[in-house]
Amino acid sequence: MITEPLAHGDSYLHRLDPRLRVITAAAFSCTVAVFDAFPALATACGTALALLLLSGLEIRAALRRLAVVLGFLLLLWLVLPLTFEGAVAAGLGPVNLYWPGITLAAQISLKSTAIIAAFTALAATMPISTLGQALARLRVPAKLVYLLLMCYRYIFVIEKEYHRLHTAMKIRGFRPRTRLHTYRTYAYLVGMLFVRAAARAERVHQAMNCRGFNGRFHSLAVFPPHPANRWFAVAAGSVMVVLLWLEWSG
Amino acid sequence: MHISEGVLSGPVLLTGGVLAAAGTAVGLKQLDYDHIARAGLLAAAFFVASLIHVPIGPSSIHLILNGIVGLLLGWGAFPAIVVALLLQGILFQYGGLTTLGVNTLIMAVPAVICYYLFAPLVHRRRKIALAAAFGCGLVSILLGAVVAGAALMFTEENFLEVTVLIISAHIPVMVIEGVITSFCVAFLIKVQPELLPGYDRRPDPAPVERDSDES
Repeated sequence: MITEPLAHGDSYLHRLDPRLRVITAAAFSCTVAVFDAFPALATACGTALALLLLSGLEIRAALRRLAVVLGFLLLLWLVLPLTFEGAVAAGLGPVNLYWPGITLAAQISLKSTAIIAAFTALAATMPISTLGQALARLRVPAKLVYLLLMCYRYIFVIEKEYHRLHTAMKIRGFRPRTRLHTYRTYAYLVGMLFVRAAARAERVHQAMNCRGFNGRFHSLAVFPPHPANRWFAVAAGSVMVVLLWLEWSG
Repeated sequence: MHISEGVLSGPVLLTGGVLAAAGTAVGLKQLDYDHIARAGLLAAAFFVASLIHVPIGPSSIHLILNGIVGLLLGWGAFPAIVVALLLQGILFQYGGLTTLGVNTLIMAVPAVICYYLFAPLVHRRRKIALAAAFGCGLVSILLGAVVAGAALMFTEENFLEVTVLIISAHIPVMVIEGVITSFCVAFLIKVQPELLPGYDRRPDPAPVERDSDES
């Protein structure tokens, strides 16, 4: 099942203004993405992990969330030191490990951990409906926000639809194998998902029109001022300055 | 198919972001408010369908289906894919913000190209339609791998091996996506042909004409 385990919490980060969190996440990600120097990268990674701790996640849950990234990084450490040629760091029989590959793998590991951890701590800790409202206040095109909210609203419905169809397939004795029949069955399943999504969209659209929808998506959400916002903004700003200084001096 | 955070260089990320924003702007302009609900739900279906794993030998791969999204939405595939990727990033930590642009291009550029290449063919005779749908699934993955490879090559020329690896690793995916897209389009032609682009809404031709068509 698709869930949002991080969205509802009561940590310091959860109480901050969503707009501030979105802006901080974007600024942090974009800055870290162009860093090369190790002191800056290590500090950024540390900061991001600290944020992740601050978001009140369980360590095990957080690691499970980061498993995709960690798996990719493992692959990188297997490939890059062998293929990225330069000064030899160590010879292991017929193959050599090269320094540039090791450096690059380390840079990428720190960078991606920092970006994903910060994004998880800051942006994934709000329900997507709140994210949509925050984006709307930040002048993201209204149509895109509307699309995001519609997609979010119906992902769970369509996933349920998918599970229902899948259960029906299993009850009829469907077992996936590498053969054409399996692919045809899955293709029909996907086709059915699209057909039902389109039919539902038609009904939803009619229902919205009946309720007077005129293309404007009103949001009643207010983001009240809170003293924590200012302190967080100051702290985030200072961390960014320190990171930039580390990068330039490094 | 997507590129992870931290791999690409600043200029590549920026170019990806700008191009994806431009594509999304075009897509949003073409989607009027009457069609956004449909695009949103199709994006949700695309999101869910990409969680389906199909077996291939001892392993399994997950469906991508950007070709079919292109067929169904045209330029609207851009905003739909942006939204689906953003949701994937938030719900599953598959990616962050900086690669959103490049990853959107990897899926949406092939989707739009496939729309122009294959949309005119899907209402032709059955054989042509199925071949076009197969091509659509195959080309969408091939082009996606090429765009991903280009992003890597512009970052670092030494990534040539990785690029070749990406494209060759996707060959089975291309074939399976082709097969699935082909069956899926066949299904849609039977069940709801008006979902596919260029469907002629005129009522069925008179029986006499239909006879002559079939002979």
